[in-house]
Amino acid sequence: MRRPVKLAGLTSAGVKTLARKLTALVSVAVVVAAASSCSSTPEGAESKTLKIVYQKTDAFTALDAVMQDAKKEFEAANSAVTVELQPIQANDDDYGTKLALAQRSAETAPDVFYEDSFKVRSDVDAGYLLKLDGYLEKWDDWSVFNEAAKAAGRADDGGIYAVPLGTDTRAIWYNKAVFRNAGISLPWQPKSWEDILTAARAIKASDPTVIPFNMYAGKGTGEGTVMQGFYELLYGTDSTLYDEDEKKWVVGSQGFTDSLAFLKTLYDEKLAVSPAEALDPNVWKKVFGEWFPQGKLGATVEGSYTPSFWQKGGAYEWSGYEQDMAVATFPTRNGQDPGGVSMSGGWTLAVGAKSKNPDLAFKFLATALNKKNALSYDINNSQIAVRTDVASEADYLAANPFVKDVSDLVAVTHYRPATADYPRISTAVQVATEAVITGKQSPEDAAAEYDATVRKLVGEDKVLEK
Amino acid sequence: MTIRRSLRLLPVVPSILLLLVFLVAPVLWSFHASFTDASLSGKAAKDPQWVGTDNYVRMFSDDSFPAAAWLTVLFVVASAVLGQNILGLVIALLMTRSRRAVSQLVGTAVVAAWVLPEIVAAFAAYAYFNRDGTLNQMTGFLGAPGVDWLYSFPLVAIILANTWRGTAFSMLVYRAALADVPRDITESALMDGARGWQRLVFITLPLIRSSIATNLMLITLQTLAVFTLIWVMTAGGPANASTTLPVLAYQEAFKFGDIGYGTAVASVLILLGMVFGAIYVRLLREQRG
Repeated sequence: MRRPVKLAGLTSAGVKTLARKLTALVSVAVVVAAASSCSSTPEGAESKTLKIVYQKTDAFTALDAVMQDAKKEFEAANSAVTVELQPIQANDDDYGTKLALAQRSAETAPDVFYEDSFKVRSDVDAGYLLKLDGYLEKWDDWSVFNEAAKAAGRADDGGIYAVPLGTDTRAIWYNKAVFRNAGISLPWQPKSWEDILTAARAIKASDPTVIPFNMYAGKGTGEGTVMQGFYELLYGTDSTLYDEDEKKWVVGSQGFTDSLAFLKTLYDEKLAVSPAEALDPNVWKKVFGEWFPQGKLGATVEGSYTPSFWQKGGAYEWSGYEQDMAVATFPTRNGQDPGGVSMSGGWTLAVGAKSKNPDLAFKFLATALNKKNALSYDINNSQIAVRTDVASEADYLAANPFVKDVSDLVAVTHYRPATADYPRISTAVQVATEAVITGKQSPEDAAAEYDATVRKLVGEDKVLEK
Repeated sequence: MTIRRSLRLLPVVPSILLLLVFLVAPVLWSFHASFTDASLSGKAAKDPQWVGTDNYVRMFSDDSFPAAAWLTVLFVVASAVLGQNILGLVIALLMTRSRRAVSQLVGTAVVAAWVLPEIVAAFAAYAYFNRDGTLNQMTGFLGAPGVDWLYSFPLVAIILANTWRGTAFSMLVYRAALADVPRDITESALMDGARGWQRLVFITLPLIRSSIATNLMLITLQTLAVFTLIWVMTAGGPANASTTLPVLAYQEAFKFGDIGYGTAVASVLILLGMVFGAIYVRLLREQRG
C-alpha cells in the first residue's frame, strides 16, 4: 500500500491527479488504521508484536535494564517484530496476581513473562505456561545451564516449562561495626540458635538503641517472613514443612513450635524490631535503606541479592557496605548436621501457552537469557548464576565481596514445596508468626491453629503427624 | 398509547444496556463463580468445577468470616451512621447561623477531603496516623507519648479516616435540606417559646427526615464498599483486626487466588447492601404515605 510517490516532472494536471490519489490514499489509510485498531490481532508478517511482562520497582530495575537491552538486540535481528515491554510496578505478591489475571484471557496474556519458580507447577496446571522441551533441544545454550537449576522450571509431567534467570540463597547479614562495639569477636559464626541470642543480648546490653538481630515475621512482609526467617529456623530443627517423599504436609511437629518460640524470645526481649514495625510491609526498606547503613541494626536474615540494594546504581547506594557488612551461615538449632541452613528461590522466564507467536517468543526468551544479558543481570541484581559460563566469569566473581560466601550456601539450601496449595500454607505460617510476636497466642496455641488450618486446607489424607 | 410509552423509554435504553453489561453481568458472574472452585492458578483455573454451596458452608464454619462481618457492621455504624451523618448534620446546622466567611472556610475544609481521590485521601490518612505521622507529632509537641494508631487502634483509625473523608457528603445533603425548611414554622415555634433543641427535635428534624433517610442509605452503601482506604492504611491488619468484608473478599480472591471463595464473600456483601437498601427504601415510602 505504501507506494512510492514520484514528485519529479509534475505538470499541473499531474498535480491534480496526485492530489486525488493522495486523498484516496489518505482515506484508505484512515479506514485501515481504524480497522486495525479494532482488531487485536494484526495480520501479516510485518506487524508481529511480542508482549513481555515482568516486574519493576524503584528497588528492582535490573531486569528492566536487561529487557530494554534484549528488546534492542531482538528488534535489530528481527526487523519485522515489535517487542512491547510491559513492566508491572508491584511487590511480588501483587505482581503474581496481576500476571495470573492477565493470563486468564488470550487477549491480555503475555508472550514472555517473569515467573517465580515456586509458582511454575501450579501455573502449568492452570495451563498458563508453554512446554519448552522442543525448543530447548535445539538451543545450544541450554547445555551450559547448571543441572540443579534446570529443575526450577520442571513440572509434574517431567517437562521443562521455564528457564531460570538466577537463583539465590539466604544468610545472616551482620554489621561488623555494631558487633565490634558489643565486644563480639569477628568474624562471627553462630553454631546454634543460642549463639544468636547470646550475641543479640550482648549488643542490646552495649547499646539499647540498636536493633540487635531482626527476623521478619507476620503477614506484612509476606513471603519474606517465611523465606528470610521462619524456614531458616524450621529447617534447622529435625522437622520440615512438607514431606517430599510422601507428598504430605507435616503437622504437630516440635520443630514448628520451637521455631515460633525462638521468634517469641527475639521479639519479647526486644532483640528484633517492635511488632508494629515488623507488620509494616515496607520494613525491609528500612533494613536496607536506613538501619544497616546507619549502624542501627546488628544483623538480619536476608537474601544473597542484598548487595544489589547497596552497590552503585542500587536503590540504597551505600559505599561502605563492602567494609562494614559480613555474611554468616544461619545455624541449625543445636549445631546438628549439616551445621547450616539456607533457603533458595529464584525467578524464571517462561512463554505463555496462549502466545500466538511461540517460536518468536522463545527466541526472545533466549535473547534475554544469553550470556551477555545473564551476566549483567546476575551482577546488577546480585544473583547466583545458573549459567556455568557466567559463573566462571571474572566480572561475576568480583561483582561484590560476598559472591563466594552466598554461593557456597547452595550446599545446605532448601527449596519451598512448589505445590498449588503452597501459597495458602505459607500464609498460615505467616499468621502463626504474627500471632506469636504480637503476643496474641503462645507458640503452642499458634502451632495448633496452624495444624488445624493445614488440615482444613489440604484435607486429612494429605497431612503427616510428626 | 403503548407505542408512545415505549418510545418514551428509548432514551434510557443505552444506559440500561450499559448497566446490564457492566453491573448486572459481573454481579451474576460473581454469583455463579461463588458456587465453583474457580481460582487464579492450579488445575481449577483451567477447568473450574461446580462445588455447590461448599464455599458458603466453609464461610460460616471459618472464624475469619463472622469476625469480618462484625467489623464491617461496626465500621459502617461508627463511621457512616454515627460519624458522617451526625457530624455532617451538626456542621450544616452550625453553618446556617455562622458568619458567611466562617461557613465558607469550614465548608471548603470539609469538602476538600471529599474532593480528593480515594487513594490520595488514603495516603493522607496513613501519613496522619502513622507512627511518625502528623497526629503523633502534634501530640508529641504537647508532651504526650506517641501511640502507634494503625497498629494499636486500627479500627478507630479507619473509622476516623472514613468519617473525615465522607462527612462532606452528609453536610452538603443537610445544607440543602435545611435551606428548604420554611422560616415561618421555625419562627412561630420561637414565638411559642420553643428552645433551640426543642425546635431542632420537633420542627427541623421531622421536616428533613426524608433527606436523613436518603443520606443514610447512600452513605451506608458507600461505606460498606470502602476498600482502598482500609487497604492503604492497614491492609486489614494487624492480624485481621481491620479486615472488613471487602478486604476479606479481595484477600481470598486475589492474594490466595481462591476466586470461588472470594466471590462468595462478595455475594454476601451484595446481599447485605440490598438488605440495608431495602430497609431505607421502606422507611422512605412509609414517610411519604
